[in-house]
Amino acid sequence: MRVTITVNGRPQEADDVWEGESLLYVLRERMGLPGSKNACEQGECGSCTVRLDGVPVCSCLVAAGQAEGREVVTVEGLADYARHREDAHPGTGCAAGTCGTSLDAAQRWQAGPTGARSADSAELSPIQQAFIDAGAVQCGFCTPGLLVAADELLETRPSPSDQDIREALSGNLCRCTGYEKILDAVRLAAARQEEAVR
Amino acid sequence: MDFLRPASWEEALAAKAAHPTAVPIAGGTDVMVEINFDHRRPEYLLDLNRVGELAAWEVGQDTVRLGASVPYSAIMEHLRAELPGLALASHTVASPQIRNRGGVGGNLGTASPAGDAHPALLAAGAEVEAVSVRGTRMIPVDAFYTGVKRNALAPDELIRAVHVKKADGPQQYSKVGTRNAMVIAVCAFGIALHPETRTVRTGIGSAAPTPVRAKEAEEFLNAALEEGGFWENGRIITPSVAKRFAQLVAGACNPIDDVRGTAAYRRHAVGIMARRTLGWTWEQYRGTRRTLEGAA
Repeated sequence: MRVTITVNGRPQEADDVWEGESLLYVLRERMGLPGSKNACEQGECGSCTVRLDGVPVCSCLVAAGQAEGREVVTVEGLADYARHREDAHPGTGCAAGTCGTSLDAAQRWQAGPTGARSADSAELSPIQQAFIDAGAVQCGFCTPGLLVAADELLETRPSPSDQDIREALSGNLCRCTGYEKILDAVRLAAARQEEAVR
Repeated sequence: MDFLRPASWEEALAAKAAHPTAVPIAGGTDVMVEINFDHRRPEYLLDLNRVGELAAWEVGQDTVRLGASVPYSAIMEHLRAELPGLALASHTVASPQIRNRGGVGGNLGTASPAGDAHPALLAAGAEVEAVSVRGTRMIPVDAFYTGVKRNALAPDELIRAVHVKKADGPQQYSKVGTRNAMVIAVCAFGIALHPETRTVRTGIGSAAPTPVRAKEAEEFLNAALEEGGFWENGRIITPSVAKRFAQLVAGACNPIDDVRGTAAYRRHAVGIMARRTLGWTWEQYRGTRRTLEGAA
């Protein structure tokens, strides 16, 4: 079947999608967006976390057909999503197609220091920068899911308590045992966000 | 495999009648795991995400009509006052990502003895609204679970909603697992005090082939509370009564040894949870009584 999904603000199509296929598989294998990671395939690890109509979900547990016509934000579009958070259409792209992240740009997206990006590729989102600054990335496999989950936390709870952070990230496993620095990174992003508001 | 995508409840019922083997999928947190692991290859997947009314709830006079796919996160956020036991149980479900998708309808459909919502539904009192093109029937939740991962639904029926009695007293929920998040219950226990009817109801999870109530324990406790005038005098429950209640609850278990725990451990732990949650709810009950008396 054909599935049409708005991914990172731009409408995307995938053909010959098997009916039992997950959204994660469509993103990774059909749209060339391997940022969302495939690990447990049973919702245990959170490394495939994306936003589905704004809500963090495990994309491995969403049937591709269920995402038809809906809006998905992946880690590749997170920087752009964060930048447009205050817009009238956060994450949804605009009619002219000038907002959002194109599939091509998303496929070529790489993490790098702020300011060193070319014009058409997004800079880092505040949460991504905080992960780098706090040394919260070790092997990096769990990082995309953590970034998407942590970014949503800071969107809904700008000044989270440690308990809030632990709760929000409880569905994301890191096997390098890097949780302390991950917590540091979220605290850092929250503190910077507070400072920016002031 | 065919992907059926009804746009309305009527279309969903028609699709289920036409294809009784169709597997309903809403949050996908059970169904997709089985498909991902090749444990299940349904002929038809019936996507219920487009049926908006399933994600809505109505708070009525005596019950909450909870749409089958209202996610656990919404129950935690919006129904804590009306359904405190279920809200507590919802909070123990997996992780935020799973709670954003999964709901009570799926828990009932899967009917795993370890489903987190069941003990809370049994304790509060609930009816399952099962609907087909033939009509609607209300199934008391006690009669809904018919075996390990089996329920009372007919092949052409879908769960529209579950009608849960609004709390008329304190409720508690307790679950044993290896960590706080992402845990399938080793065993679980729900309790609800119903001061209006002077009764206590219970629910046991993951310690029998189906979720069950500890009816003998309930009857014992109801009689003991009545006899001692506890509901009126608000005294601390006699330790021997609480102990006997816990023993009878443990006795209502019919657990197995498995990877998560032994039968003996489950029986023991359920007894402990029964005694503790009875203490917690009774303290709450006494507290509200005192507040009311003080105010009057």
